[in-house]
Amino acid sequence: MATMTLGGAINAGLRKALEDDDRVVVMGEDVGVLGGVFRVTDGLLKDFGEGRVVDTPLSESGIVGTAIGLALRGYRPVCEIQFDGFVYPAFNQIVSQLAKMRARSGGLLSFPIVIRIPVGGGIGAVEHHSESNEAYFAHTAGLRVVSCSNPDDAFHMIQQAIASDDPVIFYEPKRRYWDKGEVSDTSSFDLHQASVLREGTDCTLVAHGPAVTTAMAAAAAAAEDGFSVGVVDLRTISPLDVETLQTVSRVSGRVVVVHEASTFAGIGAEIAALISESCFYELEAPVLRVGAYNMPYPPASVEDDFLPDVDRVLEAVARSLSY
Amino acid sequence: MSTSTVVEDHFSKFAPDRDGQPLFQLIDPTGKPTSAGESFGIDVELAQELYSDMVMARRLDKEALALQRQGELSLWLMSWGQEAAQVGSIRALRSTDMVFPSYREHAAALCRGISPADLMRQWKGAAHSGWDPAESRFHIYSLVLGTQTLHATGYAAGVVLEKSDEVVATYFGDGAASQGDVNEAFNWAAVGSLPVLFFCQNNQWAISTPTATQMRTPLHVRAAGFGLDSYHVDGNDVMAVHAVTTRAVERIRDGGGPALIEAQTYRFGGHSSSDDPKRYRSDDDFAAWELRDPLTRIETFLRNVGVGEDYFDELAEEENAFAATVREACKNIIGIPLVELFDRVYAEPHATLDLEAAAHAAHLASLGSEG
Repeated sequence: MATMTLGGAINAGLRKALEDDDRVVVMGEDVGVLGGVFRVTDGLLKDFGEGRVVDTPLSESGIVGTAIGLALRGYRPVCEIQFDGFVYPAFNQIVSQLAKMRARSGGLLSFPIVIRIPVGGGIGAVEHHSESNEAYFAHTAGLRVVSCSNPDDAFHMIQQAIASDDPVIFYEPKRRYWDKGEVSDTSSFDLHQASVLREGTDCTLVAHGPAVTTAMAAAAAAAEDGFSVGVVDLRTISPLDVETLQTVSRVSGRVVVVHEASTFAGIGAEIAALISESCFYELEAPVLRVGAYNMPYPPASVEDDFLPDVDRVLEAVARSLSY
Repeated sequence: MSTSTVVEDHFSKFAPDRDGQPLFQLIDPTGKPTSAGESFGIDVELAQELYSDMVMARRLDKEALALQRQGELSLWLMSWGQEAAQVGSIRALRSTDMVFPSYREHAAALCRGISPADLMRQWKGAAHSGWDPAESRFHIYSLVLGTQTLHATGYAAGVVLEKSDEVVATYFGDGAASQGDVNEAFNWAAVGSLPVLFFCQNNQWAISTPTATQMRTPLHVRAAGFGLDSYHVDGNDVMAVHAVTTRAVERIRDGGGPALIEAQTYRFGGHSSSDDPKRYRSDDDFAAWELRDPLTRIETFLRNVGVGEDYFDELAEEENAFAATVREACKNIIGIPLVELFDRVYAEPHATLDLEAAAHAAHLASLGSEG
């Protein structure tokens, strides 16, 4: 048990993975000497050497493409994409190569590759540094997509992702990197298991990544007004933890999905459809969604208005309760 | 001296070499050894082996195209015309050296023991690939151009981590050379001094687009700019390709870093069995390259040096037997049912896909079918 920041917990998880398996290789832009722009890989180069912690050329397609080659050679690469908006040069290597190659090989080949992506806004960054692009990857068969929200989950999930024999897109909520929390030595959950953070009988908020903190704050505010609002941290986007989502939906009958990505064709739409199809008779209201508007991420001066905040979540809860 | 003259003088020595290097050639198109061939010497036994490989590859193409026309294959992309480039290069590698092909490398694949049935599986629509790359040391085909060059580069990084002396080879074409991935791979391999052989079959045409539309500077010149050892070879001269590849691979294996070979060759067929090359290239273009046919040249050479009819008769017999196996193998290729594909997407269970698999199974059961 130790107190860590979320970024520090991922660092500790990477360190443990590097210690446990000498086939694990950490690679990306500035991950070595600098320790990454968010310092998530700080100190790893010094302790594991440049064969295991690799500063790469500035070439995202190259990072993922060469990781595929390393995996074919038996390695377990952990790639860092420096910012969410920089992943697109690697899109083809991720979507057409990494995701499909196992199926294309008839199941002969495995690609135990983790692609770490600092995600989302809220840090006052310039354009292309605040995006939430999980829906692209969740839509792609062959990938697993997970999103951590707190230090304990982050510490265990990064190790679970590295241990997976499938490619995992691993989202790190960049505005929560400095949040502190207790980290347990052993994990009590599987990678693809959602976490019920707060029970609620009136309404359930379903969130992931940076939106979980917002959802928890909204649930606390609702409790002050006498409403029992639960919070589920998805943790896993592909696959979804269908059972947990169905269970909480049946208890409260009202669900509001909260994420930072644009609502249109986002993960919330999938969750809404899933719950509507399987829990129709237990629902008291349509599943509602709170997310970003369908526009390119705006200049930082207005990002607080753009991102879902406690007030917008509470407004959606009130709307759900009004049915 | 004016400023412009000073600048001009200073930079003149950096002018890009847009003409490129002369082609390396050991046997000329008429089958005669060149002066390089005379001084290098030509191993007749090796020439016979390589010629046999090329004859089989060409026959596979001929049969497969016929099978496509008969409706037995849905598509076929011929290596016709590029046999020397492929056979000469892959035979210069060790059988343990990993190869990352594009999608037209049937001649090279045959040299790695991949069967015609396994090669045709993909083009019959029965599977996306047909062989185990771990066995043949020949990765599955890449259809999105140039992507495989990065896979080769990463694989080579693994070779270096293990301090192995393997070389990793990757094939691509003049069209793919315009892709970002190929140029990223050149740079990545060069900066890491990785043991990669980039082998470009410049077959002059990317579907309808000629090389002149792809690049201003010849590829081997561009590659040198990236810091690769660079070679320019007559890709229709199997002995020259073999000699150059042997040389390049030796240097790579000795720790000399990556190299590129640009082999000038020609795609005699269309891009695929669906393509009509008459829409974009002239009969004269074809005729000029027909005079440089890689098989005719080596056959003439072998006859000139006194290889007897026995060799050719035996080869013809072998070729006909091979053709029969190709036709038979094609008919016996069957796809696998959709139900079996659900398990091949992920290595570990995936809950939402498992739900879909169950739904599909239930649907089939409702129809009274098992697949």
